[in-house]
Amino acid sequence: MDRSNKFLSGITSYRQMSREDRKRYRREKLVDNSLYIFLVGAIILIQILNPKFLSLPSVVNIISLSAANLPIALGIAGCIILAGTDLSAGRIVGLTACVSASLLQMAGYAGKMFKNLDTLPVWLVFLIVIAIGGLIGLVNGFCTAKFHLHPFIVTLATQLITYGILLMYLMNGDNNGQSISGLDEKYTRFITGSLIRFGDVAIPNYVLYSLIVVVIMWVIWNKTTLGKNMFAVGSNEEAARVSGVNTTATVILVFMLAGIMYGITGFIEAARIGSNSASTGLNYELDAIAACVIGGVSFVGGIGKIRGVITGVVLLRIIFVGLTFLRIDSNMQYVIKGLIILVACALDMRKYLVRK
Amino acid sequence: MSDILLEMRNVEKSFPGVKALDGAQLKLRRGTVHALMGENGAGKSTLMKCLFGIYEKDAGEVLLDGRPVSFKNPKDALENGVAMVHQELNQAMTRNVMDNIWLGRYPLKFGIFTSESEMYKRTAEIFKSLGLTVDPASPMKKLSVSTRQMVEIAKAVSYGAKVIVLDEPTSSLTDEETERLFRIISMLKERGCGIIYISHKMEEIRRISDDVTVMRDGRHIETDRTENMPMEKIIKLMVGRELKERFPEKTGEAGDVILEVKNLTAEHSHVKDVSFSVRAGEVVGIAGLGGAGRTEVLETIFGIAERRSGEIFLYGKPVRNKNPIESIKNGFALITEERRRDGIFGILDITENTVVSSLDKYRLGGVLLSEGKMKSETDRMIAAMRIKTPSKSAKIRSLSGGNQQKVIMGRWLLTDPHVLLLDEPTRGIDVGAKYEIYSLILELASRGRAVIMVSSEMPELLGICDRILVMSGGRLAGEVRTADTTQEEIMELAARFA
Repeated sequence: MDRSNKFLSGITSYRQMSREDRKRYRREKLVDNSLYIFLVGAIILIQILNPKFLSLPSVVNIISLSAANLPIALGIAGCIILAGTDLSAGRIVGLTACVSASLLQMAGYAGKMFKNLDTLPVWLVFLIVIAIGGLIGLVNGFCTAKFHLHPFIVTLATQLITYGILLMYLMNGDNNGQSISGLDEKYTRFITGSLIRFGDVAIPNYVLYSLIVVVIMWVIWNKTTLGKNMFAVGSNEEAARVSGVNTTATVILVFMLAGIMYGITGFIEAARIGSNSASTGLNYELDAIAACVIGGVSFVGGIGKIRGVITGVVLLRIIFVGLTFLRIDSNMQYVIKGLIILVACALDMRKYLVRK
Repeated sequence: MSDILLEMRNVEKSFPGVKALDGAQLKLRRGTVHALMGENGAGKSTLMKCLFGIYEKDAGEVLLDGRPVSFKNPKDALENGVAMVHQELNQAMTRNVMDNIWLGRYPLKFGIFTSESEMYKRTAEIFKSLGLTVDPASPMKKLSVSTRQMVEIAKAVSYGAKVIVLDEPTSSLTDEETERLFRIISMLKERGCGIIYISHKMEEIRRISDDVTVMRDGRHIETDRTENMPMEKIIKLMVGRELKERFPEKTGEAGDVILEVKNLTAEHSHVKDVSFSVRAGEVVGIAGLGGAGRTEVLETIFGIAERRSGEIFLYGKPVRNKNPIESIKNGFALITEERRRDGIFGILDITENTVVSSLDKYRLGGVLLSEGKMKSETDRMIAAMRIKTPSKSAKIRSLSGGNQQKVIMGRWLLTDPHVLLLDEPTRGIDVGAKYEIYSLILELASRGRAVIMVSSEMPELLGICDRILVMSGGRLAGEVRTADTTQEEIMELAARFA
């Protein structure tokens, strides 16, 4: 009711505008929605050049790849809303993926890292890796909040530390830095098996898990004190402090939550990839940050929506997959990705600029 | 219940090298407005910071309802019914109204989920009781300063505040908004609240306060009923000496036309078809309600705001003034309204703040800057502007508002401007410093420059301008000669297109 009224009054006020104002209004709307216009245009173009792009398997592929990247993006989004960032995310994914894999290798596999270890229950390993992610997040949040360091610096340091730990971990047993494969079947089935299928095309289970994560994160952001405090601290830390918000706890919890999200990503990634090495998770944080800013999570702090993060992740993925479908040289793909991030953010920034 | 709601007795506070408070006192009666007066640096804000636990007092007592209290922090004070509305509102701008009001104590359902409906309902109730028509769900950044201030007062009310401190509440309000604030203040008085009112505006104090306390040099000077404290007496007590005139004498005659603005229309604001001219030696004021487009006119002339049409002539020659760089080259200077936001470079020292707009003058051999020249020019300005500072290497944010403003005026005088545009040049500045700023403005005019000054303080426009342009709804509603106009005439013009 409210919404339709708004729409109607929008039409009336448009009718009352002068011709010049109408022209300006249309131009504004065009620029405001240019991201989506561009997206639709790109999809149509790719579809014409390669009709397989919008086939069911391709669409499911895009959805699956997006789902795999959602938890890490949602975690980083919280840090960005605090007017910070998190550079350690990718390495935490790498570490948690390798830990998951090493603890869930099939019994009797020749290259097993812990030869004498029985294959642990999947749920226990899940808890272990989110604890690892949460612990590193705790360190990130603690140093940011207590020492008043910029998260860029803190997470740059923990990124290196985490990578070092990951390399040392991979030297365990006879592994000697090799990649970890030969995963237990109940683990891979739990992640990549499919409860839902459309005809021949199966939707992997982790899409479902990602959806659950989205719902939980939406509730935390919008319906809990932690979420509201996160936005308040990002928007105006001083105002939050004098209103009695425990800003230290808020920052620590948001970074811990982010760490848990990276743990979940690592847990999914390990089974999805199957063979995990020190390079697992490399630069994941950059794609996640790009997705966030494309989706309107602002580095200014205090601004961002779950649906924006999802839009950003999916949009970035459509572009990545689309470029492959167009058989664009993989080196060139980096250049195009970079340009898209620049243009998308410049367009988004227009909304926040007060023009004089 | 005693008549005294809040009492502060013999409060003392020292900082290294300075005794900021020395036997400060305050007695706030229930259901009254108590004006706390004093020049900048007199200790008003230190006293308030001691009340709110931001500073720990060295000695003295605070009694709330007769009970001794000592608040640990502003939140503690707030929960005990003592609230403060700061001059610079401290709010989460990207959040909505109710999120700001319930920040730090969101109502919950099932113990973990925040309840939007409860927040909405309770916010709406408080707004209704205060006669406010603000949607609790509207984003903070969409609201005007005045409405945001009302939200802050509503927040205090939601905590059941008995004592509300208002720090310079009208410094960025229009007359109309000020009236709305005063209505709410009298509503709070009727509820038995005590208001501590900090302001530099004498007319306001006379109108709404019941008691006045004057502080000077961290000491309590006098407290009395407002009717026993004529304006001259308050000023005398504040300054500690007799300040005969509030405005300096104007000398000199207007010369030829320097600046002519024809049919100025802005691209993004509602400024439309503004035409006027200013002669050498003239001070021209721009009056109007908030949102009348006064600041926007200055910004459009200076090239900060985009011009859609219209022309600007300097000494009869058209100038483009497409951006500030061009405008400065053409001999324009703009002193902006929000000193802290876009006037000073807070963490830089006075030298850097002084020379920043005239760096070209200090080049040695075309590339490197001469440290010596910059320092000597800064010294010259410190002397000429009578800036009170321990040294020229002090950080500008450590100075009082009045001295900061003098540094900024010095900065622009070094560019040798022919047209000086001033936007609320005395906002938040105490009486003594205001007088000095007026003198500087008039001195510049008497040297044959043109001055245009936007102000919301009618007495100061009438006090130092030759003519006043009155704006309303983005247009020029009229022009009056200061010598033969009245406040009423200006108000009438200001409401013409509003």
